Amino acid sequence: MSTQHSRSAARLMISPSVILLLAWMIIPLSLTLYFSFLRYNLLMPGANPFVGFENYTYFLTDPAFFTALTNTLLLVGGVLVITIIGGVLLALLLDQPMWGQGIVRILVIAPFFVMPTVSALVWKNMFMNPVNGLFAYMAKAVGLQPFDFLAVAPLASIIVIVSWQWLPFATLILLTAMQSLDSERLEAAEMDGAGPFARFFYMVVPHLSRAITVVILIQTIFLLSIFAEILVTTNGGPGNASTNLTYLVYAQSLLQFDVGGGSAGGVVAIILANIVAIFLMRMIGKNLDA
Amino acid sequence: MGRITLDKVAKRFGEVEVIPPLDLTIEDGEFVVFVGPSGCGKSTLLRLIAGLEDVSGGEIRIDGQNATEMPPAKRGLAMVFQSYALYPHMTVRKNIAFPLKMAGMPEEEQKRRIDNAAKILNLTDYIDRRPGQLSGGQRQRVAIGRAIVREPAAFLFDEPLSNLDAALRVGMRLEITELHSRLKTTMIYVTHDQVEAMTMADKIVVLRAGHIEQVGSPLELYRTPRNVFVAGFIGSPKMNLIEGGEAGKHGCKTIGIRPEHISVSPTEGMWKGRVGVSEHLGSDTFFYVHETGLREDMTVRVSGEVEMKSGDTVYLTPDMDKLHRFDDAGLRLS
Amino acid sequence: MARAVSTNRKITVTVIAWSIGFLIFFPILWTILTSFKTEAEAIASPPSFLFFEWTTENYGIVMERSNYFLHFMNSVVISVGSTLIGLLIAVPAAWSMAFVPGKNTKNVLMWMLSTKMLPPVGVLIPIYLIFKNVGLLDTRTGLVIVLTLINLPIIIWMLYTYFKEIPVDILEAARMDGANLRNEIIYILTPMAVPGIASTMLLNIILAWNEAFWTLNLTAANAAPLTAFIASYSSPEGLFYAKLSAASTMAIAPILIMGWFSQKQLVRGLTFGAVK
Repeated sequence: MSTQHSRSAARLMISPSVILLLAWMIIPLSLTLYFSFLRYNLLMPGANPFVGFENYTYFLTDPAFFTALTNTLLLVGGVLVITIIGGVLLALLLDQPMWGQGIVRILVIAPFFVMPTVSALVWKNMFMNPVNGLFAYMAKAVGLQPFDFLAVAPLASIIVIVSWQWLPFATLILLTAMQSLDSERLEAAEMDGAGPFARFFYMVVPHLSRAITVVILIQTIFLLSIFAEILVTTNGGPGNASTNLTYLVYAQSLLQFDVGGGSAGGVVAIILANIVAIFLMRMIGKNLDA
Repeated sequence: MGRITLDKVAKRFGEVEVIPPLDLTIEDGEFVVFVGPSGCGKSTLLRLIAGLEDVSGGEIRIDGQNATEMPPAKRGLAMVFQSYALYPHMTVRKNIAFPLKMAGMPEEEQKRRIDNAAKILNLTDYIDRRPGQLSGGQRQRVAIGRAIVREPAAFLFDEPLSNLDAALRVGMRLEITELHSRLKTTMIYVTHDQVEAMTMADKIVVLRAGHIEQVGSPLELYRTPRNVFVAGFIGSPKMNLIEGGEAGKHGCKTIGIRPEHISVSPTEGMWKGRVGVSEHLGSDTFFYVHETGLREDMTVRVSGEVEMKSGDTVYLTPDMDKLHRFDDAGLRLS
Repeated sequence: MARAVSTNRKITVTVIAWSIGFLIFFPILWTILTSFKTEAEAIASPPSFLFFEWTTENYGIVMERSNYFLHFMNSVVISVGSTLIGLLIAVPAAWSMAFVPGKNTKNVLMWMLSTKMLPPVGVLIPIYLIFKNVGLLDTRTGLVIVLTLINLPIIIWMLYTYFKEIPVDILEAARMDGANLRNEIIYILTPMAVPGIASTMLLNIILAWNEAFWTLNLTAANAAPLTAFIASYSSPEGLFYAKLSAASTMAIAPILIMGWFSQKQLVRGLTFGAVK
């Protein structure tokens, strides 16, 4: 519903955004693609010969790649499971009548606003440190051996830290969705003889499905590229135990200065992210229509 | 001045032709109502005149000047929207001042016009409030106020009363009619309510599927509907349209008789039937009569209060002078 | 109809909720508390919770030893700058999509969102090399450019969902009232969308403030915002808990407060209006 005037104005006004995003996507992407076929190391200046798929073969057959891929999936999956289950439970709890609900909400949401480097460092040093950390002290207090979380279970520890950061987000969204559930509908279900569990599974969960979809979508975008948490806690180690794809590519390119290899890794990361993205876009696409 | 001429104006949305080429002239000072069922293209036609949509073909002239390519701001028309479309962040005064401000009018002249409009429309008491604090009727007045201060060539009303409750609607209807007789400015008014059309218009344009079915004064349309559609659309309750044998007797496809042109008798008449539901309005009584031997049930309107029970037998006699006859194509036979 | 709830139940729920809320908040609280301890007390065993000698010396030391103010200003400039530039580019785009939707509007929106899914590491090398060549590495300008681009899709989406709620009628009324496009946006759309624009701004400042991939990889001493500054504590220096805590508290406090104010908008913003 519009006129020629407004349509051409609209095209004009949207073009800066489109051009910028297009440039942001195409220029670096094509460069990455180009570099990925070169033998190109910043420490070895000189010609950068074309080497075909050598970098890819190298990257994909490197056992570190497989570890990193598994770690990425574990990290994303683990955090999603923890935050969604925790988020639903917390949202259910916070939806109950209580005193000081606003304050509890403020407390619960707070971790989301803490920058990744701070939360990683605080957890690493003040909680998980095997000598001076609070957990070590608690273990000693009950007569247990302190546990060096980041050395023994680095990936699990990082999952805990990241979950702490994202649980508030999931909770907040699920709580908002839950509050929009019509209480008359729940009362009708109760009149129809549905007990609390039946009400939860037949009324609340379906109502939340859209919100859960959104939580999965948004969190996956951010979780796929977790970086700072790994950098400041474990540096991907010990060995490759807590290296995800993002960190692996970073290490390859900016620590070993292997531009070619890092670019091949980047392309692989993009392809994998696209596979995930296709699923996610379908989900949000449906939500847009609704 | 506000003489608006549509010359072969057409509108397509993609492949869909919403308005096939149509011609229409609206004389200066006329109150014209576009009426038709929803989806008939009446609002689209209004938006074409306003300039909020491009025409797909044809020419729109305002006072002889070709306005087809003009943006809405340049056409000198004012519009009152169904939703009132008041600016929620501005007070009533600022709302009304906005078109004057856009026109770069001096402050003093702005103030004079606003005060004048406020007086005409009784807005003075809430001139410094915001739209959110006003009732539906008050918002409607503000929207009209915003339109009249500009002293436009013509007013465009897009179903302005449909968001009001019934009592208020009758009152506003009267106010708009009075406004018209005071300002004598061209008004184009879109509605789906044929009662509004009949009561307000100098000229009614009946639209269906983008086509103009008939143009005429309210009584012309009432007395001589050009076709079956107009016959059924104008008038309340609806005209009885009878097909089949009874119509054949009059040498046509369809005959029509308005409920108020049928006389009722308990003993004798042309069609015998049984009373179904009767509705008592006090001033009038409506009967719905079944089993008349005709294919259709009949609606009858009788003046005053008439006692008649469901199941009673009645005889109906149409007033032959007021009988409408239509041919196979649905067109009026005279 | 709200139902009367037994007081006992309400007490139970309150106690549980407050405990869980406290547990979740505890790491932040602990950081804040530790920042007021001496280094010795910070690692004392058993840890002292409230009964220690409160001191603000750590804040002084952090400010003195490092160029804290520079990093703080870097964070401010980068997050506010990228948000404002982003808004400037996004408002017209969102206007177009919300009020003059075409056949492709939805696809364009989806495409914009999809650029957000591009893993940053996939384009890290070219950006790094380009920045190195044109001298944008370790500059505020460079980071403002990158953060504007990575958050632009979110800004557009958020504005789009807010604009969608403004009835087209009102803009058309403005057009009928003689407003041209510029006046329509300045006098009608923008004032009506102020709440939406404000929350978009707030949320984007938060996201940019906490962004920790590009800020870590593209900066060194000069343009490093607080994220990168704090990361430098991952070296053994981080074992000075009280100073780490003081630096951390200063880094998160402004955004934590902003976040608390904007938690409602956060839901709408980050879910692209899909959850209300």
